[in-house]
Amino acid sequence: MKEKLVVIGNGMAGIRTVEELLKVAPETYEITVFGSEPYGNYNRIMLSPVLAGDKTIDDIMLNDEQWYVDNGISLYKGKEVTEIDRVGRKVITADGTSEYYDRLLIATGSTPFIIPVPGHDLDGVVSFRDIYDVDQMLDAAKQHKHAVVIGGGLLGLEAANGLIQQGMSVTVVHIMDTLMERQLDAPAAEMLKKSLEERGMNFLMGAETEAIIGKDRVEKLRFKDGTEIYTDLVVMAVGIRPNFALAEKAGIHCEHGIVVSDTMQTFDPRIYAVGECVQHRGVAYGLVAPLFEMAKVCANHLAQHGIGRYVGTVTSTKLKVTGIDLFSAGDFTGDENTEELVFQDAARGVYRKLVVQDNRIKGAVMYGDTIDGSWYFDLMRDETDITDFRENLLFGQAHLGDSGHGEDNRVVTMAESAEICGCNGVCKGDIVKAITDKKLFTLDDVRAHTKASSSCGSCTGLVEALLAHTVGGDYSTAPHQKPLCGCTEHTHDEVRAAIKDQGLKSIRAVIDTLGWDTPDGCSKCRPALNYYLVCEWPAEGIDDYQSRFINERVHANIQKDGTYSVIPRMWGGGTTPKELRAIADVAEKYKVKTVHVTGGQRIALYGLRKEELPAIWHELNQAGLVSGHAYGKALRTVKTCVGKEWCRFGTQDSTHLGIELEKMTWGSWTPHKFKMAASGCPRNCAEATIKDFGVVCVDSGYELHVGGNGGIKVRATDFLCAVKTEEEVLEYTAAFMQLYREEAHYLERTAPWIERVGLTYVKEKIVEDEANRKVLAERFLYSQKYMQTDPWQERAEGTDKHEFEPLKVVAG
Amino acid sequence: MVAAMSENWIEVGKMNDIPQLGSRVVRTSQGDIAIFRTAKDEVFALRDKCPHKGGPLSQGIVHGKRVACPLHDWKIHLDSGEAVAPDEGCAASYPVKLDGDRILLSLMPKEGCPNQ
Repeated sequence: MKEKLVVIGNGMAGIRTVEELLKVAPETYEITVFGSEPYGNYNRIMLSPVLAGDKTIDDIMLNDEQWYVDNGISLYKGKEVTEIDRVGRKVITADGTSEYYDRLLIATGSTPFIIPVPGHDLDGVVSFRDIYDVDQMLDAAKQHKHAVVIGGGLLGLEAANGLIQQGMSVTVVHIMDTLMERQLDAPAAEMLKKSLEERGMNFLMGAETEAIIGKDRVEKLRFKDGTEIYTDLVVMAVGIRPNFALAEKAGIHCEHGIVVSDTMQTFDPRIYAVGECVQHRGVAYGLVAPLFEMAKVCANHLAQHGIGRYVGTVTSTKLKVTGIDLFSAGDFTGDENTEELVFQDAARGVYRKLVVQDNRIKGAVMYGDTIDGSWYFDLMRDETDITDFRENLLFGQAHLGDSGHGEDNRVVTMAESAEICGCNGVCKGDIVKAITDKKLFTLDDVRAHTKASSSCGSCTGLVEALLAHTVGGDYSTAPHQKPLCGCTEHTHDEVRAAIKDQGLKSIRAVIDTLGWDTPDGCSKCRPALNYYLVCEWPAEGIDDYQSRFINERVHANIQKDGTYSVIPRMWGGGTTPKELRAIADVAEKYKVKTVHVTGGQRIALYGLRKEELPAIWHELNQAGLVSGHAYGKALRTVKTCVGKEWCRFGTQDSTHLGIELEKMTWGSWTPHKFKMAASGCPRNCAEATIKDFGVVCVDSGYELHVGGNGGIKVRATDFLCAVKTEEEVLEYTAAFMQLYREEAHYLERTAPWIERVGLTYVKEKIVEDEANRKVLAERFLYSQKYMQTDPWQERAEGTDKHEFEPLKVVAG
Repeated sequence: MVAAMSENWIEVGKMNDIPQLGSRVVRTSQGDIAIFRTAKDEVFALRDKCPHKGGPLSQGIVHGKRVACPLHDWKIHLDSGEAVAPDEGCAASYPVKLDGDRILLSLMPKEGCPNQ
């Protein structure tokens, strides 16, 4: 017998929880849902566009009635639960229907607050909460001319905007002196007001309603100062209150919401609650992002998996008024302990303010151009130290380091045909269509359905902006603590710590100890786990090749047609006639289709069949050529110029240095590919300042630069320090690589890693702490003792034969 | 089923010829067929061609009863050959069975999926 789960509330929080539950444990419960509204589940935050005529009710339906049928869920529409009998474990509705439960989920949401002034119950006085309210407003707009919206907050302004779109003359009455005072500071509020006035919205600021006057229907409004305004419709949008009367009546502990624990349980352990009706750690939320996080945690516990805790959400806000971009998060007012960074360009209609304390962002307000909102929000939630890029912070992420994609940042004004994802050729129209048609809510959903942002990731900000704009504004961009992959709740850092502290020495041990949801991981986590294990225990020989991506498994790069490329190492970019002859011989003998000079100063052979690889490697080995690891998350190349041996400007022997660096570091596995360069003088012909680690020789010694990237987003290196001798260069290199190897997340290049942890941190560990530098360098060299075996030679001699030969050739 | 009538089992190798969570190909005149071995020693056979861009599935990472295509990381169900939603498409699936540790393959693809 399945257990019975009853859900009170057919809104976004309750149904999202059910959806999450069906995903992880579809067979656990027989589910019954009670909803007081006569509809399926719809996206309540999209009521504003419905009112404005931008969308229809059908557009915003999330789960139609067929969905309930398909998932075997009993839905009672238009039935309000009036009693919970906790002793008898059943819920009872107004018409006497009762339903037994093993587990109960309360998701009763919130109700609009109605100011109890005289006349609040007249016809023509409505709130703005559900489809019924929207229908009433749309009816009024057809028959009447004048509307008053009480409340100049998010909801009130959206309602006013919608009514203007419906042809009404609208006045917003607000008790405060500035609009949206809970989200905006005075300058941003003033810009917003001006822009709304240009659209025909009227405002009465600092006005307190005393009475609503009329015979049967509202006729006018009177304020405390005695003035009056004529109107045919009054929309009350002054806030919401958690709806917990039912729970309270049943004796469940409530304060200003139903009090829940981090597992979303009420004081009665059989009864869970999620959404706007709850109070978690003293906070009641009125936005959708927290509710989705709650739903996930609650579903996990209902499924009896028992992992995951809800620890609260830092929320951000956007206004859903077409053509107005506005973003607000955190503490945007500040106090005597905070500083403000402000950027204002009134002519362009752009305003940004960041509130900073101890070099960490505490809050942000943006008006006009909000593309960087999600970036500031991430910096705020992660409490990132902004010291190193503070001077460029206000100009946005695109101005960090250097140029990148020079895209138009305003997704709203982009054409439908504008390409958002350059890797996968996905246009704005495709993404918007997928979000709308498939009811997508998260970045991961969009990635799965459209592939946008799933390759290099440089368009992630744009995709998030599109998502926010299409489904409604207040979606959290991504969870604060990002799990390593869908198999686990644990983060990269938690997994690494467990491997180290608990001495885990196999992928199986990690998966079992940390309780993965999948039997043996996935293509995302297994390579990461394998890297973390190899990095932590270099001497143990625990490399699991079945968990490596094909390129690393066979030590060659797979190409689009399933053939492979071969790139031998050329130390410091140098080669010899003998090596070139061997490459030429192999190219002719194996009929290589393309011989190409790479950007890393080596020669690549393309179009080789896998079976041929060991023989080719054998021949290359004979000339002294070894694997270039061009296929790996590993040390790639050390690019050099010829330096003072030949160049009249050269200050040091950069070629020799490059070779020494490559001899020391080849064969090491890293979180992502790792490139180096050594230039003989500040003319920097080896382009050392866009490498992960770059050396620029100067007359007095060597300048060391870190965290550069010439790829997806060009980023010039940060200057680490200057040293005097080659020995020091080698020591700093080893220490830097080891710090990166031990602390970066798998698939995180040095550039984003340094932006995450801060250059100051890297300097502390490597430049300022000599003892630590030496320890790191020693650990690197210790690991290298076990890594510097040419994988090509091993395979030429028969290792992993099964990888290169077919299982069988059959005639049939 | 119809396919069962014309099944002609060919021994293609032993269980231990394929690593756990690994795959190897059988070369045939109708193209490569990838034989997969899961962590639980189940064996599956699919046409070695991802429905997306033709990537060799035999080179992918095997996890659970799925394989991730090496080219663009599409996930394919090993038992049915169907792409894991929301991706759509399938790779033809072939009957395969064990006789002791001998792996027996039929070259007659199961019905329900175009062989291309």
